[in-house]
Amino acid sequence: MQNDEQSKHNEAKNASSWQSVTNDWSADKQSFDMPWGKLMMWIFLLSDTFIFSIFLTSYMNVRMSVTAAWPNPSEVFALTIAGHHIPLVLIAIMTFILITSSGTMAMAVNYAYQGNKKKTVYLMVVTALLGASFVGMQAFEWTKLIVEEGIRPWGNPMGANQFGAAFFMITGFHGLHVSAGVIYLSVIAKRVHQGKYDHKGYHIVEVTGLYWHFVDLVWVFIFAFFYLW
Amino acid sequence: MIKQHSEISNIAIPTEQQHPISMYLKIWLLLFVLSACSYMVDYFQFQGLLRWTLILAFMFLKAGLIIMVFMHLAWERMAVKLLLFVPPLAILVFIALMSSEAGYVFISRIVSFVNP
Repeated sequence: MQNDEQSKHNEAKNASSWQSVTNDWSADKQSFDMPWGKLMMWIFLLSDTFIFSIFLTSYMNVRMSVTAAWPNPSEVFALTIAGHHIPLVLIAIMTFILITSSGTMAMAVNYAYQGNKKKTVYLMVVTALLGASFVGMQAFEWTKLIVEEGIRPWGNPMGANQFGAAFFMITGFHGLHVSAGVIYLSVIAKRVHQGKYDHKGYHIVEVTGLYWHFVDLVWVFIFAFFYLW
Repeated sequence: MIKQHSEISNIAIPTEQQHPISMYLKIWLLLFVLSACSYMVDYFQFQGLLRWTLILAFMFLKAGLIIMVFMHLAWERMAVKLLLFVPPLAILVFIALMSSEAGYVFISRIVSFVNP
């Protein structure tokens, strides 16, 4: 037992060394010691990183090269609640909701590995509901911008014409990811509940979690670059 | 049910992640605080270099916590970290190229269209 602990400790220490990279790639075995679905999700997320980076880079390019003034996001996304004019308030609420959903997802993964099916399903459903409320708020925000403020992809009354194109493309694509995530979560939660993974193991919950955390991660960048900058 | 449970943990041993729930709650709280801080940057209308530094600092801290703890990358092997962090370096090169291109377009617009 003592030896076991010792070798486990060494293994953990070695896993972050450069030697381990050589070992992983040169040994006569699969390079990445993880379930197939998890590796595929990581590679998909890497490709998705490129897609969102290209969107944000094109937004940077457009914003740096326009000669007209860029609309002030702090003002565009302000809401008046009970007579108070609060900047960016809806976006802040959406950010907190997405972070909360990431927290519940992380705990769902934890309970899945403990074999606690009931809590896993419950937390996954809570995550999906929080995601759905995020999409709902985004729909509200889009409606307000299109109907009340008159923002269109080709122009708007506040300044640079490219504002609408960048906004609708970036948040629209992210919203699509959240919506897909809500569907994905619901399907996996249902299957976990039905007991389809009782014998396969619950790695699928972690794979779903990776996708969900990535959606939250992208929002961190959108929030910083589009709403705060 | 108990038998099933032990079967699952036998299958799952090599790569599964076991951490106390309290760790997730602490990171969650930290993310909340960081989000509140980045919102405050806008609320108090910090401007100029201070604003950009704060926005980027809070952004990278949040991104780092999500990737490393929630996505468990901190406990993955070096080969996986390299797989995920080396390709995005190409994006940094692309951003540098595009920002210099944007500067060129901006100057061209000023020269050609604004003051004829």
